[in-house]
Amino acid sequence: MDDQTTRRNFLALAGGAAVVAAVPIVSVRPAQATPATMAAAIRNVVGGAVVHPGKVKLDIPPLVENGNTVPMTVGVASPMTTEDHVRSIHVFNEKNPQPNIGNFHLGPRAGRAVVSTRIRLADSQKITAIAHLADGSFWSVSVDVIVTLAACTEEVI
Amino acid sequence: MAALINVPPRARRGDVIEIKTLMAHIMETGYRRTAIGDIVPRDIITSFTCRYNGTEIFRADLFPAIAANPFISFFTVAAESGTFDFEWIGDNGFSATAKAAITVE
Repeated sequence: MDDQTTRRNFLALAGGAAVVAAVPIVSVRPAQATPATMAAAIRNVVGGAVVHPGKVKLDIPPLVENGNTVPMTVGVASPMTTEDHVRSIHVFNEKNPQPNIGNFHLGPRAGRAVVSTRIRLADSQKITAIAHLADGSFWSVSVDVIVTLAACTEEVI
Repeated sequence: MAALINVPPRARRGDVIEIKTLMAHIMETGYRRTAIGDIVPRDIITSFTCRYNGTEIFRADLFPAIAANPFISFFTVAAESGTFDFEWIGDNGFSATAKAAITVE
């Protein structure tokens, strides 16, 4: 094509640059999981199985002031008997540098399928918890979290 | 290596009890940089296991997204008197253990 810069071309380019600059700074960190890598990490766990919504409860504050330590409780509605119990619970995020948060392996001796921990969140994002039951089925829940101070961005002095 | 363990000292047989654990550890993610731009190498706990009289009842795989000084709490059924053995394993050969006793009536 011709290299001639018309006023129209110039304005289109300038407008595009302004849109790029308007994207918040947090999104230009080099290492970042994306919804696609989260989907890949979930596929690693569930294989080709269908993931049903429900049964799982994810307690996490909807508005987080400090992403460096966020209390999280994940529970699954299950009688926790030998035949019907939760084998494992897997928690994923979509915008930390890595898609995994933790894998928790339980068994019928747990009595109650509830696990609490504290996690790091690098950005406002969606957290997904998936439970693997003894019958082989997968159940999930997703929660949106808004983070005002992100983890992982501060420098080590 | 300081571990804080909270296990009820006694319970009735069949009770569901909560176990809380906290291990002092920096959980360096491997994504932070120093002021001159060098990446701080990853140093995290990767695995936590709890055994009840020798039988594994809970295990967790940890990732850099777990906050510093990992706190993990979970439940188990008080089946018999005995001990809980906790083990944390991590990068750079990190390994720590702790014990807690329980009396089941």
